[in-house]
Amino acid sequence: MKQVLKYREIEGKSTGFWILLGGLGALIALALGAVLYMEHEGHYVTGMTNQIVWGMPHVFAIFLIVTASGILNPASIGTVFGKTLYKPLGRLSALLAISMLVGGLMILVLDLGHPDRLIIAMTYYNFKSIFAWNIILYNGFLAVVAIYIWLMMERKMNKYYPAAGFIAFIWRLILTTGTGSIFGFLVARQAYDAALLAPMFVIMSFAYGLAVFILVLMAAYAWTKRPLGDAVLFRLKNLLGVFIASVLYFVAVYHLTNLYAAENNGVEHFILMDGGIYTKLFWIVQILIGSLLPLAMVYHPTIGKSRPAIATAAALVIIGGFAQLYVLLIGGQAYPLEMFPGYEVTSSFFDGQVSSYSPSIWEITLGVGGIATALLMVTIAVRVLKFLPVTLEDAVVDPHAAKTD
Amino acid sequence: MSDTSKPMDPTRRQFITKAGGAAGAAAIAPGVFLTTPAQAKPADQPVSNDKRWGILVDANKCGNGCNACVTACEEENGWGSANPSEDHSSPEQKAHWIRKVTIKDKATQHVTTLPMMCQHCENPPCVDVCPTGASFKREDGIVLVDKHICIGCRYCMMACPYKARSFIHEDLKDQKPWAPRGKGTVESCTMCVHRVDEDGTPACVEACNAETHKAMVFGDLYDENSEISRELKQYGGKEIRADLNLNTGVRYRGI
Repeated sequence: MKQVLKYREIEGKSTGFWILLGGLGALIALALGAVLYMEHEGHYVTGMTNQIVWGMPHVFAIFLIVTASGILNPASIGTVFGKTLYKPLGRLSALLAISMLVGGLMILVLDLGHPDRLIIAMTYYNFKSIFAWNIILYNGFLAVVAIYIWLMMERKMNKYYPAAGFIAFIWRLILTTGTGSIFGFLVARQAYDAALLAPMFVIMSFAYGLAVFILVLMAAYAWTKRPLGDAVLFRLKNLLGVFIASVLYFVAVYHLTNLYAAENNGVEHFILMDGGIYTKLFWIVQILIGSLLPLAMVYHPTIGKSRPAIATAAALVIIGGFAQLYVLLIGGQAYPLEMFPGYEVTSSFFDGQVSSYSPSIWEITLGVGGIATALLMVTIAVRVLKFLPVTLEDAVVDPHAAKTD
Repeated sequence: MSDTSKPMDPTRRQFITKAGGAAGAAAIAPGVFLTTPAQAKPADQPVSNDKRWGILVDANKCGNGCNACVTACEEENGWGSANPSEDHSSPEQKAHWIRKVTIKDKATQHVTTLPMMCQHCENPPCVDVCPTGASFKREDGIVLVDKHICIGCRYCMMACPYKARSFIHEDLKDQKPWAPRGKGTVESCTMCVHRVDEDGTPACVEACNAETHKAMVFGDLYDENSEISRELKQYGGKEIRADLNLNTGVRYRGI
């Protein structure tokens, strides 16, 4: 049966809807409370120190910012690569991209020593700094994707949306290159300073983004009782498998090249062998639970067709992603700076020692608040605007039937 | 425009500082001046790149167990033991402008100590990465933080190969007028720029000389007749992490 693709706001009258809104609102309120406390007291109430200067908020923020870029994939595949099956997903995909980025930036800004100086960050630019470029890239991305959404939704302007989609596609590749380069440009630290980090962040964004997209899509359609067919879901989970494998490939190349260079043997030994929590997070959570297990699940002939299994695999990819960023960010800082190769180093400022970090409840609350902000934006947007197709059953999304788009 | 050929009047702040200092000195020890009357650079004259300030540290002369440079810096700039108001921060969170580092050669077991602080690089990574330009390098090579536009992102701390920078984790009291320290901003060794601008010597170098170790020499790297240039020419000096090509203003010997 050939059906017409129709978008409609969700009803948003159920108790569940209001509980969702209230819950997310409460998490945001808690996060703002945590920020007030941290900013009033100063960062001494956090787990961050002058040894580990970026902590849990950065893990959350970078996860969301990277995810924001990758979550635009379903839209890009439909618009830029012309795959009809993905076209109905474009609006939600672009909406999620904006929401995730706003959530991530919120965390990043509120963790600054001076969030009150945001206007300075927006008006004083040092163009040699990748951070300054990122401020422009992030703001530009929000604008480009907002226009993209408008062109997709406004029937009269519909013919222009492929151009906007193309610009958004290029823009977010540059954006994630910029995010990866935040670390790639750090010559001082052994764990960073690798050109590979930029493309690795791009591919990480694909995996994290698609995992979040799958979960949001499944939740939205299950909770609104709209039909979601196997065609679209299986296509997405197969693609997720490809992305997980690609991330694994980049992780392997990153560590192998590092291992070959004698100067990096110390930090590699630390992360891969005797880094305590970082080694455990790397092997058990990032590689085993966050990569190999979901990879096996999505490609398994029977498990791969079970919806709870697909949702679980997506959730595991997200958990693995957090572990990956934690190992990279915190582990990379915990390993001491190598100022004197061949020497044992000691000082009153903890030189030569592995630094410890235990995140405070305030930092975690802020991070969770950023996620809640992103999800609240999505929940409200799909309630007031036509983001979600009424149905994504196979007859609608099937390429042969969807020519009506 | 003003006539630059004749010396300008000192600014009000300098006047007050000097007057206060002179009054204090007169009250404590009449006839004794703590600093020599300086040929101060007028405040409205820009710093030029005719000079490049540097410090040479001879680790062979640096006293094992001697902490004079650190204590002098603490007192001069009001941090560490000289500022008890930083009492909420853990030892890992407290600021360090300069610290004594002990290094032991793993092969020979030879032990050396040396002071470590901002190396005042010619190509400072902290300046490159700072999004707002708060991290900056003066024409004379001194690397500083403009506290007014530092947003507290700590990217400079991620970028510094020497762990020379500190973030302030709480409100501080009793600050020195020439070394303002603000919660939520980053700070580091200023090479005692307030002294240098008045033809003085950084507090650490002065203290080291007073201890008779004479392990530190301060001066203009561009002036071939300066003590630091002559020493470097005769005996050489090393940069820490020379592989990064940062061309540091602080050089070491004996490591």
